[in-house]
Order: sequence, then C-alpha cells, then structure tokens
Amino acid sequence: MHNLTIAELVTGLQSKEFSSVELTKHFLARIAQLDGNYNCLITVTADQALKAAAAADQRLAAGNAPALCGVPILHKDIFCTTGVRTSCGSKMLDNFIPPYNATVVENFEQAGAVVLGKTNMDEFAMGSSNETSFYGPVKNPWASDSVPGGSSGGSAAAVAARLAPGATATDTGGSIRQPAALCGITGLKPTYGRVSRWGMIAFASSLDQGGPMARTAEDCAILLNCMASYDDKDSTCIDRQVPDYSATLGDSIKGLKIGVPSEYFSEGLDADTGKAVRAALAEFEAQGAELVEISLPNTGLSVPAYYVIAPAEASANLSRFDGVRYGYRCEDPKDLQDLYTRTRAEGFGAEVQRRILIGTYCLSAGYYDAYYGKAQQVRQLIQQDFEKAFEKVDVIMGPTTPSPAFKFGSKGDDPVAMYLEDIYTIATNLAGLPGMSVPCGLVEDKPVGLQIIGNYFDEARMLNIAHQYQQTTDWHSAAPEGIA
Amino acid sequence: MSYSGWETVIGLEVHVQLATKTKIFSGASTDFGAEANTQACAVDLAMPGTLPVLNKQAVHYAVMFGLAIDAEIGQESAFERKNYFYPDSPKGYQTTQLEKPIVGRGNVEIKLADGRTKNVRIHHAHLEEDAGKSLHEGSFRHGVSGIDLNRAGTPLIEIVSEPDMSNAEEAIAFAKKLHSIVTSIGICDGEMSQGSMRFDVNVSVRPTGTSELGTRTETKNLNSFKFMEEAIHKEVERQIDLIEDGGTVTQETRLYNGDTKVARSMRSKEEANDYRYFPCPDLLPVIVSDETVEELRRNLPELPDARQARFVEQYGLSDYDAGVLGSDAAMATYFEVTAETSGNSKLAANWTMGELSARLNSQDLSISKSPVIAEQLGGLVARIADNSISGKMAKQVFEGMWAGEGSADEVIEARGLKQVSDSGALEQMVTDVLTANQGMVDDYIKSDEAKRKKKLGGFMGKIMQASKGQANPQQVNQILAQKLSELV
Repeated sequence: MHNLTIAELVTGLQSKEFSSVELTKHFLARIAQLDGNYNCLITVTADQALKAAAAADQRLAAGNAPALCGVPILHKDIFCTTGVRTSCGSKMLDNFIPPYNATVVENFEQAGAVVLGKTNMDEFAMGSSNETSFYGPVKNPWASDSVPGGSSGGSAAAVAARLAPGATATDTGGSIRQPAALCGITGLKPTYGRVSRWGMIAFASSLDQGGPMARTAEDCAILLNCMASYDDKDSTCIDRQVPDYSATLGDSIKGLKIGVPSEYFSEGLDADTGKAVRAALAEFEAQGAELVEISLPNTGLSVPAYYVIAPAEASANLSRFDGVRYGYRCEDPKDLQDLYTRTRAEGFGAEVQRRILIGTYCLSAGYYDAYYGKAQQVRQLIQQDFEKAFEKVDVIMGPTTPSPAFKFGSKGDDPVAMYLEDIYTIATNLAGLPGMSVPCGLVEDKPVGLQIIGNYFDEARMLNIAHQYQQTTDWHSAAPEGIA
Repeated sequence: MSYSGWETVIGLEVHVQLATKTKIFSGASTDFGAEANTQACAVDLAMPGTLPVLNKQAVHYAVMFGLAIDAEIGQESAFERKNYFYPDSPKGYQTTQLEKPIVGRGNVEIKLADGRTKNVRIHHAHLEEDAGKSLHEGSFRHGVSGIDLNRAGTPLIEIVSEPDMSNAEEAIAFAKKLHSIVTSIGICDGEMSQGSMRFDVNVSVRPTGTSELGTRTETKNLNSFKFMEEAIHKEVERQIDLIEDGGTVTQETRLYNGDTKVARSMRSKEEANDYRYFPCPDLLPVIVSDETVEELRRNLPELPDARQARFVEQYGLSDYDAGVLGSDAAMATYFEVTAETSGNSKLAANWTMGELSARLNSQDLSISKSPVIAEQLGGLVARIADNSISGKMAKQVFEGMWAGEGSADEVIEARGLKQVSDSGALEQMVTDVLTANQGMVDDYIKSDEAKRKKKLGGFMGKIMQASKGQANPQQVNQILAQKLSELV
C-alpha cells in the first residue's frame, strides 16, 4: 500500500478497496519499524491518527467525502496543531502545545486527512541539511551518510522512505525544493500569499510559504487543492480563487516556452547534475516545448540579499521566545536580564543564534541602509529580472541544487558553503514566485532535481508541466534501496 | 511662572487610546478593568505562528483625528516593527509607524488665559499598539513580578507636536485641547485616570533671545494635567539651576511621580535602545481611499471650537462659559440636556459649571459617572427658574439627588422644600416680624440711608428664620422694603 500514490489511495479509499484504518495502521507500522533509521518524525500521533481514520471511514461510507478523506499525511513540525506539541525543531518549543491549528492543518482536518505525526526539520527552518534540528539530523533514505536537505528534510525523507504518501512543508529560501531534490521526490513552493501562514511558525515572514511534498506532481496537485485557501487571519494571504490543480494536469505542453537561465548552468554546478537537468530539458523539447536562453543577471546577488533580509526578519520574529509566556525557560533566573539571556542562549541552537545576530546587526543604527536597505533594492532587481524573463517565456527551468546530497558534517564548519546550497532556489522567494522541484536523475546513486519556476499564481501550469514530464519518465518512481 | 533670563521650549508626544471595541491587531476586547490576562488572545500573547490583522475602525479613528486638525492624511501608510525586549511587550517588538504615518502635518489652536490664541503645529500622528502592564512588587506579590496583557494591543495614536509651546500653561492648554478634540469626535473616552491619554513632555531651556535649542529631556507617561504642570515646572527649574551652576543638561528620559512629587532619570541617551525599526512584513500598506476620507469628513462630529461658537450663539453663553462647557464632549452633552430640560440655559450653565463640577471634582468622578444625571439637574434648574425653590433650597435638593433620592420634584416633595411665594402669606410674615422687633424698627428709622441698607439684612434673617427658609427671598425683600419705607 505504501507504494501507491495519493491519487491511487484516493481511488482505493473511495471504492472501499481498503479502509483508512487499514491504511493508517500500515503507515504507522512502517514508521514504527523504519523511522529509527531516518529520524523523520519528531512526534508520532498514532492514537489521534487512528481516531481520525475511523471517522474518515464513516465519512467515506456515507459518500461524498472529499478527495483527501482518509489519506494519511504528515505535517512539518512548523505548523501548529491543537493539543499536539509543535516544536519547530527547537529546544525552545520542546514543551509547546498550541491551543490552535494552523490554517493549513485545519484545511486538511476539514478534508478528513489523517495526520500520522509531525516531521523533523532544521531548527526554526534555518538550515539546508537538517543538521540544526534539536532532535538530531534526518538521514537521507538514499544514502545514510548524507543529508536529506533542509529545512523540510523530515517531510522529504519520510515521503521518499514511503512513511507517508505526502507531507506538508515550508520554503523560505528553498526549504521545500532542495530537500525534495535531494530525496528524489516532488515538492512545490507556491506563490507567496497562496497558502495561509496563520499558525505556521515564522522564520522570515516576507519569504515563508507553505507547500506540498509527494512523490508525483499529480499528488502535489491533490494536496495543494486542499492546502491553498484565502485566509483573513493572514493579511498577506491573497484573495484569489483556488483553481482545481488536478483539472489541467493532462493538458498538452506543445509550444511551451521554457526559459533556461545561463546563470543557473555556470560555475558551481556539478557536471553530472547539470547533465541530468539538460536531459530533462531535452525531454521537454521532445514533447514539443521550446527552449529559450535567458539571463537572470542578478542571480549572484540573491544569496547575499537573502542572508540580510531573512535574518533581519527572523531577529524580530524570534524575539517572542523569551521564556516569559511559553516554551523553554532557564532554571532559576537571577533577574530579568538573566532570564532573557540564558533562556535564549540555552534554548536556541548555534545556527539560530548566528542568524539572530546577523539580523540584529543588519538592522542596527548606522548599518540599516548599507545592509537591509541595500538588500531590499537587490530584491527589486531580482524581481525585475524575472518580470523581464516572463515577458519572453512561460516558465523557467534549471537545477534545484548545485549537486546531489552532501555528507553529514561536510559543510558544518562553513556557513557560507551551506548558504550557497540554496543559490538556485532563493531568488524565487525574494521575488515571491512559485517554484517546484521534480526528480530528474541519479548522480552517484543519489537523486537530483529539476527546478521549474513559474509566473505568479501559475501553479496549475507548473503542475501540468511536471505531470507531463512524469508521464514519459520514471525518476519519480525510483525508490531508495530496500524501500519499494 | 516665568524664569528671568530664560526661555522654555516644550514639545509633546501624546498617546491616545482609541475607543475601538477590539484591539488593533486582534479580536480581543479592549474593555478596561477586567481580571488580568482575560482579554488577551493568542495574538496578544504573541503565540508562535499567530499573525496581526489590522482593525479598520482604528484606521478610521486615526483619519478622523487627522481631519479634526486639518492634517494631511496619508493615503498610504505603513507599519514598522520597533524592537526591544520587555515582558509587557510580548512579541519583543511594538508594531508602530515610522516612515509613513497615517496623519501628517496639522495644526491645533489653543486659547490662553489672557485671551491670546496660539497655533501649535502637529508634526504627525501615527497608529501603534499599546503594551501590557508589568505588576511589580507591592502591586502584585512579594518578590515576584506579574504581567497583565489585557492592555497589550489596544490601539493608540501617538500625536507628536512641534516644540511650539513656551511654558506649562501653553502645554496644558494644548493637552486639554487635544483631550477636547478626541473626546468630541468620539475616538477616545478621555478617561485620564485609566490611562486613555498619556503625555510625554520634551523640555529644554535656552537664554532669552537665543534661537538655538537647548538639550532636551523627555519626561514620560504623565497621565494628568496637574502632574504634567508640576513635572514641567520642576524640570524647567532643574535645567536652569543646572546651567546656572555651570553644569550641562544631559539628554535623557525621565519619570515624574505625581504622588511623591519626585522626578528622576530613567535612562540616558547612551543607554537608549537601538530600536532597529524595519517594515513589518506581516502587514500590508494601509490604503485609505479618497471616498473613505470624504465619508469620514462628512460624518465628523462637531469639533470643540465650532461647538463653543454655537453655545454662544444658541444659548447666549459668555465666551468663557462656552469654553468651559464646550470643550469636553461629555460635559457639553450634559449641559445641552440640562439646558433643554430646564428651558433656562444660563442657569443650566451655572449649575453644570458650579455645584455639579465642584462636587464631581471633589469626589474625583468624571461627568459620565455623575450620580446626578442631566435630566435630574435640568429638573432642578427648572424649579429654580420658576421660583418654586430658592437657591439655598436648590442646594439641598441637589444633595438629595446626589444621595439618590430621585428627581428634583421628588426631593422637593419629600423634604418639604416648597418655597412660599404667596404674597399675602409673605406680607403677614413680614408684618409679624416687624411687630415683634419694634426696637430694630426704631433703630432703622433713626439711621441714615447708608446704615439702613446694612440693617435690612437683619430683618431678612429674622423673616427667613420665621419661614424656616421657605420664603421667597426676592419677594420678601420687596415687601420688606415697601413696609419699611411706609414707616419712615
């Protein structure tokens, strides 16, 4: 059952081939049996899952149940869940049990999806390797000595290891696409404002966006149908009708203009990864698409701009973790200052502290203009790069990451090398554009991803393009050894 | 008070709590006085993942203030985060406006005691959220501080003036005028004792005739006009003494305790926070359309200046009386109801400004909490106007109403305070008193004109005593004068 796609599970559940309870028990058993190897889950919610599955079975029996009714999924532990610990991968929130659901969680609950648990992640979504999690790193199911990517590494690895057919994730600079690429699955970061951020613990508010992860584009479409909604509790959520992302998956992509940015194929890109991406582009040509060389001249500025803006926002977003109202509090504080400093020094890990310091510095009197002000200007330039490109092409394609999954510890001492991991993904966050990663090959037996960048609110077309690719290729069905 | 050889320069920052039902970024209630932390929702507690949603009513109130002071209204304003750590600031930053405030430059005209008027320029006014309250030792429990977040997220406008005031009188006049404006247009309840308006006073001094500004200090969080006046005088004197003794004023934030009358330094400029303002990414720019501004302009309640002019015109009040009664919205409404109920606006004005205000002040009550409502006072004024009761009796009736004994007529009835105005009965009373006091009458006749006038009071006292205070004094006066002149 764990090899079935969400689309197939929906059919099976609706036609009563199997029940949600059976399905849920199967996946819970897999998690119990296998997750010791991967560390994908921070919290398993077996009891709640079985209850939800039983309720889903009743709804299914009554007929007219929504598509996702009874389908088991996982939530990244950044989405608040009523009554279930939501840690954000941090010691700071190890004891935090929210009294509210994130809108995303609520949407899936309404649809009758069954939540198996909460997935591991880089602490406060800050990281590209899952090594910053308070709960220990997630191991890549394709190579246990390698990282799964981050920050949504737990969700990506869980889907790759068939511990769940799909999962929610978030992407601030590549946190959906990069782990999707490194774990060989499909992941989509929607347009900023498409998915509500209410109840999604903030890292960098102007960049954060939730999105789905699954093995196929078709499954991502089913998940996004549920996940995307207008929400008046999030002022940056955009009031725009959510299309049926499944409806246009079968459209032909003949005549599609694909922009290929030269900057995404230059120095820094691993040769074999480049080859795999080129092969994917050739496949699209074979399907009748046209490749157009384009330039995104400010790509090189995206990483430095991002590492000013994201930490600046984070430095304020994480100020609320002060030991006063909830979360971790240091033992026996002497006074207020001691409460603040020790709570935050003990509750946050090194990478989070580094980013808070960077952000605080960038916003400080006398530095604001040189850093934050300048970075915002760069952000405009990057947005203009894309605007110009989309005058000529329908979508943009390139690699998701410069290389396949790297080994644990290999970039731990060099934050800048780690930050460059997101070189191809960060620009879309700065521009607010949707981006997705689709498995397109194996390099040294590890997956690599093709990135598809769309224009604003063009998720339906991106999913259609990815689905068409997955009709004639089977990288998305490749499984790590011992999994399938 | 003036200080020879020195000029004072004062600018104000005024925090005005907006009278919205819910908070500026959440749906929690803004009611004052609830049990600690019962009016703070997940957003106010800054729980992880929560997000702010701007209260439109707060935006409209801010625009109304802008219209009231004839200011530029920011068609697009934006929110910033002001970062600092304090337990009553749950997010670790305050959401406020810096670069693009909603209200731009405006003007407020103040009237001074000597009849002069002066224009105080408003630099801008911006929207922001209030902080919670720290309950320190003494007010909470021994050795522990508590936090009450009920107030956290209450909408405020902060009004920033130019340093256009040159003494405490002007500063107080300006503060009172702002109070008058915000209560008149109904955007603030004006309850100073509950912190609905709080003043930060920037003060500097310089030698008379010089133009360069001296170093200023800011005394924060004054919540009464009286404390503000005291704090200004104290600070001006402190600065002048300091400079005259060869010292210099340090830029600092100060606190003034109105109860102990002690002012002290809170933090110096060096200790000041670097607030690291940056645009709040959780909120979109605030766009106020021309249509909305025009609609708010059309529906703007009467402003104090216009109301005072109307009081002079409509009720025949003096400028002074119109100023007193017309500046406070609650007082103005009270007066108008009293005037209409009684049909005598002059007497209604006297009683509202006199007996009622004195009593409210002595018990520290706002007019909205007055035990005697306007209809009751109007009833009393009507009985004075139609001579049913004397002024002296009226005070007793007022006592009765204050004590909850009912309407004026009910108190008059119950206490038997009806004035005797029957001229036959009064004439008999006067005749009886004159007959019984022949010695006084003889004395009166012997006296010259000037002394006679003084002696009239003696007869009046006897007559009023005889009538148990119920005789109509004007009538008695007339009858007495008549009878005595007949004897002379």
